[in-house]
Amino acid sequence: MAKYLLLKHYRGAPQPPNAAPMDQWTPDEVEAHMKYMHDFAQRLEGTGELVDAQALSPDGMWVRSDGEGRPPVVDGPFAETKDLIAGWMVIDVDSDERAIELAGELSAAPGAGGEPIHEWLEVRPFLTAPPTVTQ
Amino acid sequence: MTVADVELRELVPRVLGVLVRRGADFATAEDAVQEALVRALSAWEREAPADPAAWLVTVAWRAFLDMARSDAARRDREVRHDTRPPSGVVPDADDTLRLYFLCAHPELTPSSAVALTLRAVGGLTTRQIAQAYLVPEATMAQRISRAKRTVAAAGLDRPGDVATVMRVLYLVFNEGYSGDVDLAAEAIRLTRQLAALVDEPEVHGLLALMLLHHARRRSRTRPDGGIVPLAEQDRTRWDTGLIAEGIDVLQAALARDRLGEYQAQAAIAALHADAPTVEETDWVQIVEWYDELLRFADTPVVRLNRAVAIGEADGAPAGLAALAEVAEGVPRRDAVAAHLHERNGDLELAAKLYAQAALDAPSLAERDHQTRQAARVNQLLRDRG
Repeated sequence: MAKYLLLKHYRGAPQPPNAAPMDQWTPDEVEAHMKYMHDFAQRLEGTGELVDAQALSPDGMWVRSDGEGRPPVVDGPFAETKDLIAGWMVIDVDSDERAIELAGELSAAPGAGGEPIHEWLEVRPFLTAPPTVTQ
Repeated sequence: MTVADVELRELVPRVLGVLVRRGADFATAEDAVQEALVRALSAWEREAPADPAAWLVTVAWRAFLDMARSDAARRDREVRHDTRPPSGVVPDADDTLRLYFLCAHPELTPSSAVALTLRAVGGLTTRQIAQAYLVPEATMAQRISRAKRTVAAAGLDRPGDVATVMRVLYLVFNEGYSGDVDLAAEAIRLTRQLAALVDEPEVHGLLALMLLHHARRRSRTRPDGGIVPLAEQDRTRWDTGLIAEGIDVLQAALARDRLGEYQAQAAIAALHADAPTVEETDWVQIVEWYDELLRFADTPVVRLNRAVAIGEADGAPAGLAALAEVAEGVPRRDAVAAHLHERNGDLELAAKLYAQAALDAPSLAERDHQTRQAARVNQLLRDRG
């Protein structure tokens, strides 16, 4: 088993073909999308592949130390042009192929006009702990 | 959780109180009671002892002595104790009350006070508390031992008061539930216990508030976790038993004529719970109670909710006028503004505000809810052409 992070972006990912903002969809389309996302997470829980799913607020800032005795430097809220993560799902799956398959399914959530949104998801494998047996 | 678990946990503060009264230091005694509790869970699986409280005191006292003995630094203090425990258990209401105050010590951060209260007064295990707050067990264990050190360092002569205890219990209640522990039910149990210990109408007000909110719980969320607003809730699913109890508790408290924040909030909840349909809600009285509430807690959140009530009682323009007094940037202000502008017929502004409310929503369920509202109003605009 290997863990993968599926990252969803508010901004910064390549623009998907079906990108109308959600409040412009019909109520039925919104409902269908939410049901798809909910069912997807439920199904992964059922298969024993879901580890965690979290959504992030679009608020946030950059922070760095400014040296001893000085308050940290804060930059933000995020500028419009910056990459912005919306949330993630962590899955624990048997193979790279399975991770890609699931990310593909998640990206096919229905959107405006009932068409799949085809949004880009970033898929990042976790670095794993060293194996007990190396030989 | 089984009934037996709850009965067992009801003994915890009494047992801890006995140990502390015998001279055990709070931190070690608390660990010892946890140890006894864990042993009880397996030892009592087949048959509970005739006197569970006495059993727990005996086992906890032995555990305390073991801990004290194994700690060289504590040896000097240990010899001052009689190592043979006095026989019998004399539960003392004051001991339990002192524990409440100790765990809500003003030196503690809210999250520490909550964790310590759930363990020392509520008798939950560290694992259960960790699961309920979605943090690793080791993190929760550290939070609890730090809290105990803080309480010990700050001194037992300046414990918290009823007001800080009520704030802690209210925090626990609002956390709802995750894991196998129902924190809202636990908060109600602990508030019930507190109400029996102190003669303070506000504690009864808090209990009534919890009961009245809890009564609506089943109807507040959809099966997928989505929010069902008050106006759309299926009122036949409200728990009428809890509502009746909440109203009784509240009326008895109000009769004491020492009004406070929690009683006023409970009165508002009672007026909602009392209305057979949303149309029959007595909004005029609700506005009056919000005016009372402002005397005790003039916060932006209260003013925001008051604007909603005024909008219902006197019409959307009056609601918008009341909203104008609430500062921009107050959480959920856009959602309230959207609702009032929609009622006032300004659908375009309402749709924009719902979309903005979705962006600023503090939870996923609320974001989904506001997104649905924005989509619904935009659909109305398209239909209108």
